[in-house]
Amino acid sequence: MAEILGNITISLVHVAIPLTIILLFALVAIWGERKIAGFIQDRLGPYRVGGWHGWAQSIADLLKLLQKEDIIPKDANRFLFKFAPFMMFTASFAAFAVIPFSSAYIGSMINIGVFYLLAVTSILTLSVIMAGWASNNKWSLLGGMRGAAQLISYEVPTIASVLMVIVVSGSLNLMTVTEMQSGNDVLGFLPNWFIFQNPFLIIGFVIFFISILAESHRVPFDLPESESELVAGYQTEYSGMRWAMFMLAEYADMLLLSLLGATLFFGGWNSPFGDFMAGPVWGFFWFMLKGLLLVFVMMWIRWTLPRYRVDHLMHICWNVLIPLAFVNLVLVALWEVIF
Amino acid sequence: MEQVINEIDKRQMVINMGPQHPSTHGVLRLEVVLEGEIVNEVRPNIGYLHRCFEKYAEEVGDYSKVIPYTDRMDYVSAMNQEHGYVVAVERMLEIEVPERVEYIRVIVAELQRIASHLLGIGAFGLDLGAFTPFLYCFIEREKVLDIFEKTTGARLLYNYMAPGGLMRDVHEDFKSDTAEFVKTFRPKIKELNDLLSYNKIFIDRTANVGVLPVKVALNYGASGPVLRGSGMEWDLRKNDPYSIYDRFDFEIPVGKGELGTLGDCWDRYIVRVREMEQSLRIIEQALDGLPEEGDVFEGIPKRVRPKAGEIYTRTETPRGELGYYIISDKSGGPFRVKARAPSFVHLSLLPSISKGAMIADLVAIVGSIDIVLGEVDR
Repeated sequence: MAEILGNITISLVHVAIPLTIILLFALVAIWGERKIAGFIQDRLGPYRVGGWHGWAQSIADLLKLLQKEDIIPKDANRFLFKFAPFMMFTASFAAFAVIPFSSAYIGSMINIGVFYLLAVTSILTLSVIMAGWASNNKWSLLGGMRGAAQLISYEVPTIASVLMVIVVSGSLNLMTVTEMQSGNDVLGFLPNWFIFQNPFLIIGFVIFFISILAESHRVPFDLPESESELVAGYQTEYSGMRWAMFMLAEYADMLLLSLLGATLFFGGWNSPFGDFMAGPVWGFFWFMLKGLLLVFVMMWIRWTLPRYRVDHLMHICWNVLIPLAFVNLVLVALWEVIF
Repeated sequence: MEQVINEIDKRQMVINMGPQHPSTHGVLRLEVVLEGEIVNEVRPNIGYLHRCFEKYAEEVGDYSKVIPYTDRMDYVSAMNQEHGYVVAVERMLEIEVPERVEYIRVIVAELQRIASHLLGIGAFGLDLGAFTPFLYCFIEREKVLDIFEKTTGARLLYNYMAPGGLMRDVHEDFKSDTAEFVKTFRPKIKELNDLLSYNKIFIDRTANVGVLPVKVALNYGASGPVLRGSGMEWDLRKNDPYSIYDRFDFEIPVGKGELGTLGDCWDRYIVRVREMEQSLRIIEQALDGLPEEGDVFEGIPKRVRPKAGEIYTRTETPRGELGYYIISDKSGGPFRVKARAPSFVHLSLLPSISKGAMIADLVAIVGSIDIVLGEVDR
């Protein structure tokens, strides 16, 4: 009995740690996104709530959303409508289990980590269709269908670019993948990160980054929720906390894919200075820093570029990224065999 | 037969775009028949902003009291609307307008044209998902509105021009403020071009989309940037000069099909960008020619009472040919005022150029013809 209780406690801790990280990240990132948008657009962004640079803006927004009336359209499918946002969040949240946050902490040390992550995040597609269909709104339906087509298509280049790293590392366990990138031996001073180890992995990273932009439907690929065309896409009928769950899921997804990118290409929790500033705590710091830098680039792109059209999007995926990704995969493998 | 119709119905979907939709530029309702993402048919429904401009003009019984209402037609280019109306009334009265008044009118009209184009361009970018250029445009538009606020006291609806003169003289710093704006605005156009006009995604979205052949444009009676975007060199400031526009040296930018087909959305867009540069040129010349002394009130007649008759005058607003057809019955107010609004004509173009486009293109096309619903409904 005591053993079972102990196991449950440990499991709860493993649930609580990523959840805390996600929630804190969402609060900071929403505020940060608005600040970044403000600076890019030559204005200040939130400045009042909480005093210092409006730091409490996201908390105030959260409190406002909590108080909102929960509106469900009359002819909506109530169960699916209520379920979709939570399922979406669960999908991104569950994937955090295999992310190695530092050398001392990983939620679940399983050998098929990357495979598990890609499989679990595929559920996102389902929740987008669910939300789009259950709302009984034509705009939602269009958004849901767009979302489904986009997420399924871009999974292919994402997986292909992840495969490139797997070819080099030979392991699906993200902890092992990270450990393989320790040390500073490339050209004598560069860290052993995969992006420096193999020149073709730089192309791989570009493909990966474009694909995760589409996977987390950020601009210029935010077609499922494009506000100027589809009102708000699959989120049109959602309000209050359910809508907030979608937002939370979107930010969680952004963080997840950025952290995955940091793990696969930028050495995860490894310090860029070898043994200097290394260790479990510094590891967590470096890992989050790398992830947040990628998140920042995503925000930067969002506030700079216009949006692609749905047929251009498919063209980029099937005619450009997928062939390029597979050719590159072969080249990465060849490089590994030769050197 | 019934079965066939049902089959068609199943594949098609009628969707309401507006009146509450983020990119209808006001309260416009488009009934869109969609097949997947492809637009099969568009039916614009208008009238949500109807405010009885023409009936009001008949009833009010005073030529001057119509002016505030002309502001409210196209509320983003109020100065140009007033300008067209006062030119019409002056031609009926056959009065001379003082030199200084004419120069000030041209300067404010061109400033207003820049402000209006900035809104049109920014909103077009916003329709395509580019949020930042919109705010860059608004920062510049704000500077124009500040100049107007200092002069007229209002930021949107000015009620500034009067038949034969102006409601008040410009403020002391008007000349330096405007010169300063012209100086700082030129580099911003280049910035806008870098950020939006020549952006790869932007070009992909707008080139070869919503192609309007010049023949169709002429048949529908299009004018302004929409007609010029199709390659026709037609600008009333040159082709039928009013006020003192014949004194200034400027070019008429036309679409050339640089990045796609002639008359596509990108051509219409770039015409607006280049027109802003030409407006800056006109403002510079007008600032040089602006007489220092002169009373802006002396030309205003005590009583506005034209001879019986009728007149049609047309002026170039940022959106195209704005015509006022006024009938006078010798009383103090117009017997009839008919406004020929360019936005209304351009909206009627929409069904013919958006057939077969995708729904995202439809948004781009509506943005590229730059309609203002206040002017469509009047």
